Amino acid sequence: MSDAIIGGKDRIEKRFAKLKEEGRAGLVTFITAGDPDPEASFEILKALPEAGADIIELGMPFTDPMADGPAIQEASNRALAAGMHMRKTLSLVRGFRDQDHETPIILMGYYNPIYIYGVAEFLEDARNAGVDGLIVVDLPPEEDEELCVPTVEKGLSFIRLTTPTSDDKRLPKLVQNTSGFVYYVSVAGVTGAGSASNEQIIEAMERLRRHTKLPIAVGFGIKTAAQAAEVARQADAAVVGSAIVSKIAESLDENGKATDKTASMVTGLVRELANGVRDARK
Amino acid sequence: MTSSSPKPNSYRTLPDTDGHFGNYGGRFVAETLMPLILELEQAYKDAKNDPEFQKELDYYLKYYVGRPSPLYFAERMTAELGGAKVYFKRDELNHTGAHKINNCIGQILLAMRMGKTRIIAETGAGQHGVATATVCARFGLPCTVYMGAKDIERQSPNVFRMKLLGAEVKPVESGSRSLKDAMNEALRDWVTNVEDTFYIIGTAAGPHPYPELVRDFQCVIGNEAKEQIMEAEGRLPDLLVAAIGGGSNAIGLFHPFLDDKDVEITGVEAAGHGVHTGKHAASLTAGAPGVLHGNRTYLLMDDDGQITEADSISAGLDYPGIGPEHSWLKDIGRVNYVAITDKEALAAFKLCSECEGIIPALEPSHALAHVIKIAPTMSKDKIIIVNLCGRGDKDIFTVAEALGVKL
Repeated sequence: MSDAIIGGKDRIEKRFAKLKEEGRAGLVTFITAGDPDPEASFEILKALPEAGADIIELGMPFTDPMADGPAIQEASNRALAAGMHMRKTLSLVRGFRDQDHETPIILMGYYNPIYIYGVAEFLEDARNAGVDGLIVVDLPPEEDEELCVPTVEKGLSFIRLTTPTSDDKRLPKLVQNTSGFVYYVSVAGVTGAGSASNEQIIEAMERLRRHTKLPIAVGFGIKTAAQAAEVARQADAAVVGSAIVSKIAESLDENGKATDKTASMVTGLVRELANGVRDARK
Repeated sequence: MTSSSPKPNSYRTLPDTDGHFGNYGGRFVAETLMPLILELEQAYKDAKNDPEFQKELDYYLKYYVGRPSPLYFAERMTAELGGAKVYFKRDELNHTGAHKINNCIGQILLAMRMGKTRIIAETGAGQHGVATATVCARFGLPCTVYMGAKDIERQSPNVFRMKLLGAEVKPVESGSRSLKDAMNEALRDWVTNVEDTFYIIGTAAGPHPYPELVRDFQCVIGNEAKEQIMEAEGRLPDLLVAAIGGGSNAIGLFHPFLDDKDVEITGVEAAGHGVHTGKHAASLTAGAPGVLHGNRTYLLMDDDGQITEADSISAGLDYPGIGPEHSWLKDIGRVNYVAITDKEALAAFKLCSECEGIIPALEPSHALAHVIKIAPTMSKDKIIIVNLCGRGDKDIFTVAEALGVKL
């Protein structure tokens, strides 16, 4: 196993160090693994870094994504209907990692598919495939022994979601055991819902920075280059998910199948977002 | 986690402080909800120790719900079956026609103590939705009920009832369009409106402290039954039987008896078209431990951990999971779990209607079907208590269709 391939928090740290050097915020893009089908999904995934994605979040499809809005629910359904499952998700990462040794990949989803795969076996396979970190929505710090602690021991990042309900009392617990970056969910709600105001984000950044030195990525509700730019002025990275998977949905034919426009429509949007993020601090 | 593990001194001390029943339970929720869940846990602890709260709860249970519900000797059914004496715990006589109201009264009093001003709930058969809409009307709080589109079709009387009570019923079109999807949608609402909203969960499942507090509010069933059987027979029963979807009526009856070692206990799951067909809702009989809706428990799923659809003629049992305490009770062997098919439940529905003049809901018809199997094998001096947790008015359309009758 080549060291260039295996996953780990170093890849995320290096990426944020590079962004700092360039004096700009990063763009984190989310797509669901296997959406709209495994092959098209691989084409999209491969094209993301060139289009301007600095970090990739790859959703692990789940039948019951209870923290996600309709766009990501449908992405999950499309992937599952196309026969996606965890082993295929990991081979998607492996295929990507063979070509790209630098762009961090973070798997995002819900605990049950990992639990059923088996935590130890999953972490081993994920690391070998080149996964660098995990975001698992339904594992708060109260359940750290389940997956967070074993993930950190394996050298991968366990990235925590912090929210508008994370106050000064709660935050120390949230930043413990975490590495890579901290994800700030800027609105209380599901993915794809309304966005926070600039003032709310500034206030939240101040609160978070009192508790952690890790980079902070802000997500939820960012749909346009202008919104991404606004977030990029305050945060270390902007996360876009629902808008990208909605673009995938828009590109499909009447039978819900990928078309020759699918990958280019996604990279088109990612390019716009990346320009927004890159120009934000000029 | 097998039957060879040592038996605890008491089966009634769980959950532990982190909400675990052995390996089950826990708090598997999105971070946005965690502060609220911790606040709820504290609020419930305070309420439990506040005599005023208990007094208030007792008052509404007596004068609004109509408790205690009778423990009724089903004389003709007993004669028909020719074995053990069968008693019905008649929670179908409660206001709103099912056991669900016991829990709803408790939770809405808690919500008001916490200063919450809006109530949400999920419902399968509509019984919990009706009970929630009822207490919301009684206490003047706005109420939104999430209900699977498939359940709305097969439970239209309850949908109308909820609307009459002033609740907003939101159809859920995602996933399998039934109870689990309604629960997903309620969680999505909650995470969005975390400041002012209280989620009245209808069964003894979900993140800690829900399995504990729902159980505690339902234990009035078992506590009354214990007192009533002592009065009627001068001794404890030999067997308790109750139907299980999420398992709240069952845990309410069972829990007060768990440490009475001579009382056998059987929970009855829905076998739908038959466990071997794959079209059923028997998560304990045919599922495996997994994590969904805030807790670890037995679930129906595929080998990738994707949740599969449950299937039962009874919308109230049509859920691919089960309360975590039942999972624990199964593993340690204190409670025996069996499964009853749609067909067997329908036969029990008819028998109970015809020989006792009581039309039971399809949920307790599953429990009755097990009694029909087991009572004839027991001697006449044995005693069974079966929880008649709901009345069947809501099910007459479903039953008519299943029997090929046009109304």
